Amino acid sequence: MSTTTDTQAAATQGFGGVQARSEAVLNAPRIAIRNLDFFYGDNRALKAIDFDIPDRQVTGMIGPSGCGKSTLLRVLNRMYSLYPGQRATGEAMLDGMNIVAPDCDLNALRAKVGMVFQKPTPFPMTIYENIAFGVRLHEKLSKAQMDERVEWALTRAAIWEEVKDRLDTSALGLSGGQQQRLCIARTIAVRPEVILFDEPTSALDPISTLKIEELIDELKRDFTIVIVTHNMQQAARCADQVAFFYLGELIEVAPAAQMFTAPKHAKTQEYITGRFG
Amino acid sequence: MPTETLPEHIVKSYDEDLRHLRDMTARMGGLAERQVADATRALVRRDTELATEVVQRDAQIDALEREIESFCVRLIALRQPMAQDLRVIIAAMKASNDLERIGDYARNAAKRAIVLASLPAIGSLAGFERMAQLVQENLKAAMDAFVTDDAEAARAVWEADEPVDAIYNGIFRELLTFMMEDPRNITAATHMLFIAKNLERIGDHTTNIAERIYYAVRGDTLPEERPKADQSAYAVVRPAGE
Repeated sequence: MSTTTDTQAAATQGFGGVQARSEAVLNAPRIAIRNLDFFYGDNRALKAIDFDIPDRQVTGMIGPSGCGKSTLLRVLNRMYSLYPGQRATGEAMLDGMNIVAPDCDLNALRAKVGMVFQKPTPFPMTIYENIAFGVRLHEKLSKAQMDERVEWALTRAAIWEEVKDRLDTSALGLSGGQQQRLCIARTIAVRPEVILFDEPTSALDPISTLKIEELIDELKRDFTIVIVTHNMQQAARCADQVAFFYLGELIEVAPAAQMFTAPKHAKTQEYITGRFG
Repeated sequence: MPTETLPEHIVKSYDEDLRHLRDMTARMGGLAERQVADATRALVRRDTELATEVVQRDAQIDALEREIESFCVRLIALRQPMAQDLRVIIAAMKASNDLERIGDYARNAAKRAIVLASLPAIGSLAGFERMAQLVQENLKAAMDAFVTDDAEAARAVWEADEPVDAIYNGIFRELLTFMMEDPRNITAATHMLFIAKNLERIGDHTTNIAERIYYAVRGDTLPEERPKADQSAYAVVRPAGE
């Protein structure tokens, strides 16, 4: 007796390794930054920056102090124009307008691009007036329309329920976290397209921080968001796209999931794993 | 050659933690290698005492797996690792799982070696020795690659499993022949077949470990398909003349 063995081609088996690829899809660009340089006097603080900020998604900007991330944020609403000796060259195109061009209409720009700062900056006025003040600069609304806008902005900023019964009291009486959400409400009340956040939670407690993060997640349905943060976990939680800056250069930009699991650049790797910075 | 060496963490104790994790994993790998070697030696020498030792020693591997897993959970919670650190921790956690399975296969082989020692010997055990040797070499190379962050060495391990499959196919056919020739061989041959299968599975788990090391170091994955030669799943045996 002998045997014969029939074999078929071996079927392919599933792959057992860990998958690193992110499924993240970035939207079309809302702001296209090309060859952007920025100077504080003779000091070149941003060097040939080139990347896109996707529409209605969150772009996180990270990097050690002095890397240029906050500078770039200030470029995006031309805040630097307030200071002599500061200038930008190159392009940052938003709706066909070059933000850094000398002839850019700053009023129109600032209606499109809102900003929220590190420390809550409520005006010493009532909660209602904090919101209405900015709206009046851009639009003429009836009392009823203004009431509606104030409620809309406060609701979108997830603070309406907490303040609706004390709209006529001073905004300074609110807690830090509430003040920051009020500032976000003030920013969105003029219905901008882009909201810039400059370390919006670094002065807040962990719960208020999470509320702001949840809010950012909510706001990105309607607004394009750029956030500068020193908190890597925050960038990982909030951002769809993350840009890493170092010494004025954009070292790497990638979807967040890729950035924090498998960054391409050694410098990024060292920074986000806590090896320098 | 190691791909790249990262500088130290700003927080020194984090480096110590990661070193400790590597040490534990390497120790577990060494223990698994030894179990495979001793199980095979026990089979070849019909040494039931050694086989019993292998069976008892498996608890050490299981304990190390639990230790590594809880250490990884702690690291993730306390350090919030990112990028390569995160990949290394995940790789260690998953590798410890593969090593635990490898330990189980070695223990199972040792148990069968005890039974086989009481039965008449059939055939040659040269194929088993060769297979065990290949599997151990690969496992050792994989653990070395883990300790030195060597993605290319990991890839080499991943590619080197094919000869293991080839030997397994040879053993499979040979044992079938013995069984067909004389049904009294069936008990011993079945146990041997399981031992061969265990060794073959150990080889597969070793390639899993290699894949994880490659991912930990490089951040991208090896291709979906690994070179394979195990075709026994498709074997059909017919008496001659049919």
